[in-house]
Amino acid sequence: MIGSKLKEAILCLRTGLVTLKYPFAPHPPEEDFRGYPEVDVDKCIGCGGCAAVCPSRAIMIQDIDQNTRRIVRLLERCIYCGRCAEVCPEDAITMTKQFELSSDKAREDMEVESQIFMATCQRCGRCYTPPSPVDKIMEPGFRDDEIKRGGQDSPYEPVKSAEE
Amino acid sequence: MFKKLCQKAFSKSLWVYHVNVGACNGCDIEVIDVLTPYYDAERFGIKLVASPRHADVLLVCGPVTRQVVPAVKRLYDAVPDPKLVIAIGSCAVGGGIWFDSYNIVGGVDAILPVDYHIPGCPPRPEAILHGIAVALGLAEKQVAPVHLKQLPDRPESVSIKTPV
Repeated sequence: MIGSKLKEAILCLRTGLVTLKYPFAPHPPEEDFRGYPEVDVDKCIGCGGCAAVCPSRAIMIQDIDQNTRRIVRLLERCIYCGRCAEVCPEDAITMTKQFELSSDKAREDMEVESQIFMATCQRCGRCYTPPSPVDKIMEPGFRDDEIKRGGQDSPYEPVKSAEE
Repeated sequence: MFKKLCQKAFSKSLWVYHVNVGACNGCDIEVIDVLTPYYDAERFGIKLVASPRHADVLLVCGPVTRQVVPAVKRLYDAVPDPKLVIAIGSCAVGGGIWFDSYNIVGGVDAILPVDYHIPGCPPRPEAILHGIAVALGLAEKQVAPVHLKQLPDRPESVSIKTPV
C-alpha cells in the first residue's frame, strides 16, 4: 500500500513545475490572437465601414464640422471580433496582441477618439455623406447622434461604496 | 486611499466569490481556468469561496440583467467590508454587444461601485492574472485614453484614396 503511494508521489514529482510564471515573466499569445484594436489615424479615410459592421456598435461617427469627422471607439464593450480590421479598405485598423487591458476605470481608459480630416465636395463644400437622411439612418454607425454608453440611462440607483 | 488600504490588507489573500449576472459562461470558464495548476491564481492567495459572507472580492461576469439586479445588490451588501468588485469581460465592463438591450442594465458599474475592470471577450486567463496583479499592485496598467487627430496640412492628406 505504501509502495503505491510512493509510486504516485514519484509520478507527481516527475512532471516538475507546470505553473506559468506569467505576471512576472511575459507570455505572448498565439499567432492569430486578436487583442486591442489599434488605429493608424493617418491611414483612416473616415468611410465608416468599421462603424457599420461593429457588432457591439462600439464605433460611432459624428460630423462635428464641415471637414472634420469624429470617430469615437468605446473599446470597453469591444468584443475583439476583428470585423473592423477586416473591412477597413486602407488597413488602418490592426488587431494587436495586447491583452493586458485591465484598469481601474475602463470607461475612460478604453476610449479611442480620432478626428479625421475629410475632403469636401468641391461643388457644395460638404463632407461626403450618405445621399439622403433616410440612408444615413440605415447606416448603423451614423444612427446615434450622441455617444451612447452601456448603463448610462439605467433606471437603477447605484449602490454607494463605503468610501463615499 | 481606500484602494491603497485594500492593497495592503488584501496582499496576503483575496477570497473571491464569483457571480454570473447574465454572462454566456465564456468568462466563467476562463475564471475556472485561472484556478487550474497551469495558471495557478492560488499562489497569490486567491481562493474561490462558496458564500459571499466569506469573500473579500466579488468577481462579476456578464451584463447585468434586470431580473438579477436586486439579487446582486443583496449579494454586494452581504460581502463584509472592505470589499472589492472586479468586473470581468466586455459585458460586465461596458455592456458588451447588449449594452442598450431592453432587459440589460449595461455594465456592472451602473449598479455597483466597480474597482477593477478586465475587458476581453472572454479575457484570456493571462488577462485575468494581469488584472489580479494590477489589483495587488504587482503590475502597472497598460491602457490609457487615446485621442488622435489628422491635420489638414499634412502632405499625404492631399491625395486621399477613396474606395470604389
